[in-house]
Order: sequence, then C-alpha cells, then structure tokens
Amino acid sequence: MAFGAFASSGPDLSGAAPRRRSYIAIILLAPGVLYLVATFIAPLVSLVLTSFKEPGGDFEVGEYVYAFRWENYLEVFERFGEIFLRTFGYSIIATIIALVVSYPLAYFIGVILRPFPLWQSLVLILVIAPFFISFLLRTLAWKSIFADEGPVVSFLQTVGVLGPEDYLNGTAFTVVFGLTYNFIPFMTLPIYASLERLDLRYVEAGDDLYAGAGARFWRIILPLSLPGVVSGTLLTFIPASGDYINASKDFLGSTNTVMAGNVINDLFFQSFYPISAAVAIVLMIAILIPVIAYVAKSGSEELL
Amino acid sequence: MSSMQEAAVLATAETAPQPRRRGRDRSGRGGAGNWVIGVFSIVALVIMMIPIVYTIVFSFNDARRTNIVWRSFTFDNWLSVCDDPRVCESFGNSIIVGVVATIAATTLGTMIAIAIVRYTFRMRTLITVLLFLPMATPEVVLGSGLGSQFVNMGVERGLWTIIVAHIMFCISFVVVTVRARVASLDPSLEEAGRDLYASPAQVFWRVTLPLLMPGILAAALLCFALSFDDFIITNFVSGNAETFPKFVYVAASRGIPPQSNVIASAVFVFAIVLVVVAQVSAGFRRRKIARVG
Repeated sequence: MAFGAFASSGPDLSGAAPRRRSYIAIILLAPGVLYLVATFIAPLVSLVLTSFKEPGGDFEVGEYVYAFRWENYLEVFERFGEIFLRTFGYSIIATIIALVVSYPLAYFIGVILRPFPLWQSLVLILVIAPFFISFLLRTLAWKSIFADEGPVVSFLQTVGVLGPEDYLNGTAFTVVFGLTYNFIPFMTLPIYASLERLDLRYVEAGDDLYAGAGARFWRIILPLSLPGVVSGTLLTFIPASGDYINASKDFLGSTNTVMAGNVINDLFFQSFYPISAAVAIVLMIAILIPVIAYVAKSGSEELL
Repeated sequence: MSSMQEAAVLATAETAPQPRRRGRDRSGRGGAGNWVIGVFSIVALVIMMIPIVYTIVFSFNDARRTNIVWRSFTFDNWLSVCDDPRVCESFGNSIIVGVVATIAATTLGTMIAIAIVRYTFRMRTLITVLLFLPMATPEVVLGSGLGSQFVNMGVERGLWTIIVAHIMFCISFVVVTVRARVASLDPSLEEAGRDLYASPAQVFWRVTLPLLMPGILAAALLCFALSFDDFIITNFVSGNAETFPKFVYVAASRGIPPQSNVIASAVFVFAIVLVVVAQVSAGFRRRKIARVG
C-alpha cells in the first residue's frame, strides 16, 4: 500500500545484495534527476532572483527587472512580520493537537487492533479516506457546519458558550481546526507505521520489571515510536505552515487570519512578484531550519 | 476450567522456579486504558468522517442557486452532472493531467528507486537530498517558484504546465514507495533467471518488473491521488486552464453547484472500492502463501 510513503525509515538493506558501480546507474538516474533540477532547483533559483527584482523602467504593474533590491526583504519583515508569527503560531498549535489526537488513534490501530487484522485494515482505510475526496469540498463542508446559523454555533449559543452575537467562521478557532483536520492523516500514518512494528515483548519485559503504565509508555513505547512521531510532525507542520486554503476568506478564515501562504498567493496574482517571492523565500528558510536540524540528527540515508 | 487443567496449572505454579509475581491476565493488559483509547479513537474517526458524509449527502440535495441549505432529496444532480459544463470539463482536465503525470512520474521515479537500491554512484547524498527536498518544501513555495519561473521565461501557462508541475512533486513520492519494494526483492530470483540464460533485458522485463509491480502500482495510485486533489501548486501554473479543484476554488466565492459534490462522491466511492478490493485480495494472497508455505 501507499502507506509505505509515510513510513519513517526505509527497510533494512543490510541483507540485500551489495551495491554495484555501473554506467546503468547514470542512465537510470539522469532523466529524473535532470527533471527535478529543471522543475524544482531552477524555480527556486528563479524565486530568489525574482525576490531581488525592482520595478521596471515604465513602472507598469507587473513589470520588473533583475536587480539587487534587498530592501524587498526589509519590506517583508516590516509588513508581514506579524503574519509570519501567526502562521507559525497556527501551524504549531495545529501540529500539537494533531499529535495529541493521532497518537492514541495510531496506538489503537497499530497495537490494540493488532489481533484483528480485518478491523485493522478497515480502520486504516477510514484514516486515509479523506485523501480520496476533494480537500476543498471537505473544508467547505466544515464551513457550512460552523456557519452562523449552522448546528455547531446554534448549539454553543444555546449552551451559553457563545453569546448571541458570536460566531465561529473566520476566527482563529476555525482556521486551526481546519489545519488540524486536514493534516491529521499525515500525523497518524507514520506513527501507526512505527507502532505497528513495535515488538510488544519489550512492553511485557517492562511489565515484568514492575514498570507502571506511565513508565511503560514514557520509557518504552514512546521512545520506540519516536521516528514516526518526528516524521509525522514534519509531514503535518510543513504543509500546515504553507497552507492558505483554510485561512482564506472563502473557506474557514477572514482578513484577521491571513497566513504567509495567503500573502504569497494574493501578491502573486496581483502581479507583485518580487515581494511574493521574498515572502516565499523567508517562509521556506524558516521551515527548512527545523527540517535540516532533523536531517543532521537522523542522517540523509534515513530520509527516503 | 476442568479440574485436570486446574491441577496442571497448580503443578506448574508449584514447580516453576519463579512463580508469576502478579496474577494479571496478559491478554487483557491495560484493559481500562485500552477502552479509553478505543472510545477516543472512534470519536476522532467519526469526526473525521463528518465532512465526507456531508459532501456525499449534499450531492443529493435539491439545491437551487447555492448548495448550502438542505432542501430535499433528489437524484437530479447525479443524472445531470454535466449541466454545468465547467464541472465536467474541469473533471476531464484533472483526469488528463493525473494520467499523464502519473505515467511520467512513475517511470522516472521507479528508475531512480532501482538505481538508489542497486547501484553506487557519485553525489549519492546530494541526490538523496534533492529527492527529499520537494517533500519538505511547502506547496505554496513549489507553486510560486514554478509560477515565477514560467512568468520570467514568458511561458504561456496551461494544461501542460500543470502536468510539468505534477510530475515534479510526484517523483519523490514514487521513489519512496518503490524503493521499499526494490529493497525487499529477493536477488536470488533474478540470479535464477540469469542461470537459465536470460539476457539482462529478459531478466528485467520478465522477473524484476513483475515483482516490483505491486510497489509501482501503489506509487501510481498515490501519485494520481496527489495530482487529482492538488490545488495549491496548480493554481500558480494553470493560467486559464481549469482542473476540478481549481473549479471548486473559483466557485467557492459564488456558491458551489451540487454537481461538484456528485463528481467528488463518485471519485470517492470508486477509490474506496479500489482500495478495499486491493486490501482483501492482498489478504487472500497472503493466506494462500501461508497455507502453501
């Protein structure tokens, strides 16, 4: 199944045939690698070059010339500093909630349901089911459910949690809820992949050595599933911090919930390419720092 | 429990050098805790299913201008899917993009996966990082990067630029998925082929490739699913061309026609049936192998 794509570490290669050196490797690698250089590396270079552009000679909107206008970045920090803080605030909270929900869910599927393989695969299909139905329509479904006259708001108003004038859509609550909901499978699947391989004899050994439930979790189960937690956290945090659908005003957000992705998108389509590119570069660097820290810790061979 | 079994248990307890310290039943370990986790998980899963059920239910809504309030049940939307021609046109475009991007990315990614597992080559770490980075880059950066490259180069954006973008983000996922399959391949099967005087090409086409097929198909399915549902990258590189997610996004500000719920529901049912059939047949195969072995 495709779950392998979310598993944290590759299979053990120690028993496989030794790797050979051959010209065939170059033939196999060249097309794909060159493709990625042309469509991934070159656009990044293009993004960096664009981020330093300045308005062109006739000052028409969308006309820019290559330059070294580093003030673009100054403008990004001055205008959008607060939005960057909000972006990381929302995505960190969403990642933490996703982890708190996903861990028990992954434990349920990977450990508790282990004696029942049929149930295990059925519940796993439920976890990946959201992937098969439009991301945008699912988000719009939440918008209707959280609507001002919708069931959730009416209920909360009756109970008294919300005042008669209060609403949910367009607030930080709905945006963080949407981010959490949309990226939860990316958290659950790698943790499940780790827990599914967990050898329960270690837990039993802990039990024999008088470890209580807490000690068994913190000192045996969690450390053994940590690779899944780390990759799940990255797989949730990265797309959440770049997302702009949930925070967009047509979906779960409003002008008060603008995230970095919204700025990149809006400026791009208003033809303010340099500032849009500079925001994208800052966002990418801010995300790559924790990712590189992880890469340095786990080694590059573990990545794929 | 019969008295004989009881006696046997007692005898074991007496003769065993270290009797069980605590008479806890192993199978029910953490009983209460497991129940709490189970109930929590089921509640979480139910909440996760709400938008799916909502989308499917509202495909049967007798909606007039906007499909927000429930009016009454009807099959009309399912029978008149193409009444809004943009729904079907964008759906067709999504299929074209998905199929072309999947074929190209699966081919390129499978070649890389084989090279990574089987061969040593220069700049291995650099290439590994190059394959990892697209998965670690937010889509909005990938999209605006490709978009600004197309703008800088003066390229007319359309369906083919969407395909170019989708191949790019699929390759890494294909490599990850197929790599696992290549690594678990038993090299002795290919050796047997060579021993029987098969040429390297024959070994590849008649032994290696068929054995890799489950991994390749899983990768293709994953790539198609990613491509079919991608909006963020598509938005930056599509120009006037419209895929299904882009149609939904554009329509979101005016109101979504119920026909788009029909398309999404139909695709969902098709995909779920495909996955269930794949799972069940894999289960049967495993049982058969277990019986033979």
